[in-house]
Amino acid sequence: MAEPVLQVTDLTKTFGKVKSVDEVSFSIKEGEILGLLGANGAGKTTAINMVLGIITPTAGRVEVFGQDLRKSRVELLRQMNFCSTYTQLPGNLRVWQNLNVFGKLYRVPDLSERIDQVLEMLEISHLKNRVSGELSAGESTRLNLCKALLNKPDLLLLDEPTASLDPDIADKVRKVVRRSRDEEGSTILYTSHNMRDVEEVCDRVVFMHKGKILFVGTPKETLQHFQEDSLEEVFIRVARGGQVESAKSGKESEE
Amino acid sequence: MNVATVQALVLRYLYLYTRTPIRLVELLFWPLVHLLVWGYLTEFLKKHTGAEFPYEITYLIGAVILWDILFRAQQGVAIFFLEDVWSRNLLNIFAAPVTNADYLAATYVVGFLRAAVTSTLLGVLSALLYSFNILELNWALLPSVFNLLVFGWALGMISTALIVRWGPAAETLAWAVPFFIQPFSAVFYPVDTLEKMAWISKMLPCSYVFEGMRETLKTGLVDWHSIAIATGLNALFLALAGILFVRVMNVAREKALLTKFASQ
Repeated sequence: MAEPVLQVTDLTKTFGKVKSVDEVSFSIKEGEILGLLGANGAGKTTAINMVLGIITPTAGRVEVFGQDLRKSRVELLRQMNFCSTYTQLPGNLRVWQNLNVFGKLYRVPDLSERIDQVLEMLEISHLKNRVSGELSAGESTRLNLCKALLNKPDLLLLDEPTASLDPDIADKVRKVVRRSRDEEGSTILYTSHNMRDVEEVCDRVVFMHKGKILFVGTPKETLQHFQEDSLEEVFIRVARGGQVESAKSGKESEE
Repeated sequence: MNVATVQALVLRYLYLYTRTPIRLVELLFWPLVHLLVWGYLTEFLKKHTGAEFPYEITYLIGAVILWDILFRAQQGVAIFFLEDVWSRNLLNIFAAPVTNADYLAATYVVGFLRAAVTSTLLGVLSALLYSFNILELNWALLPSVFNLLVFGWALGMISTALIVRWGPAAETLAWAVPFFIQPFSAVFYPVDTLEKMAWISKMLPCSYVFEGMRETLKTGLVDWHSIAIATGLNALFLALAGILFVRVMNVAREKALLTKFASQ
């Protein structure tokens, strides 16, 4: 069996007495899009930041391509990239300047061509010479995504990439995410509060609540497990009720 | 350390200046104001003291130029970090394949460039307006500048570490830290003036540079002893500041301080 691209084992993060992420384990196979779901405070962003090495875990292990993140962080980050709704590219630089800087940081070959290619993918080629700070929210999000796709990452982490986007742009972003997987072979960890995103994009989902994993499975398995008709209903039920007792079965499901 | 990564980080900073030339005002305005104030004060004292004019007063102009090298180097390091905070770009940088060494090296280069731009301008203007030639420092000039740059970098790392540890409320330290030490740095007066507080001055590499500058301008001889002490102290400061920076970055990763910065 092929080695998972990302293997997270018993990942835990404690801030004082609060366990933000509590012994979370999951893995992503090559070419898979895994949705990390949960209400605000579920621990999704903290988990992603631990996978990026921005936050040090209290316990547990992150392995990317079979290598321990702590030991080979910089080498592994060259094969990864991320896009988050909580970050922006410097607003006082032009679009191409921002992409040029990050392309060099990620050592992207044929950078100029690649910049044109990602701008084309996200349908913002016409903004290449615009100042980033003058872009609309939707354009800015697409620019962030351009940055994330620049190095054709083997592992792409997307933290709420469609937050604050109108349905049209959100649809375009979802298509690009799928295209990135299908045409460029990226494996993707995807967090979102938009269950339509998840249904359309994700092969499997991990439901988190208060730092713990409640369930891991395909969207269809998730609906069956929670006996609901849509992921949105599952999301609301989890956010309001918890369903922590299901955590054990979730872990078993993954195993 | 990876040279290509350092170049990319520096490039981002240079783009800022090509995009917004108004930033040059920040880089040039205050040094120019200081030079004019101290320069004209020197001229005034020259005119009104006549033959009794203490020649040491002209050293003030040299002090302004050299102090600015230290200050700009410190600013290069501290503002480099704050630029990422202000533009909400911090996580993009720290999630990229950038090591602490790459990041610090880029800040050093930016600090050097800032210092080079302002000191060149001040050097030229002081010669034109006040007939003060900083090149009179001869062979002492290069090691003096180098020592001030290095101490500026060390102070910049300390400032950044404190800002990371204490959060955005501590941003003002980026400007304040050099001025904490300025009274004890013998910039505008000799160490002896400090009397009981002179021991602080003796621990600061920059005080040896300024003392050496006065000695060289007065006698024409290079004070290698002062330069050697400054270099030794600088090696110590740079190492300690580096350790502090790395430790604070580790704490920042443990306490999620970088993500807190990014969301503010």
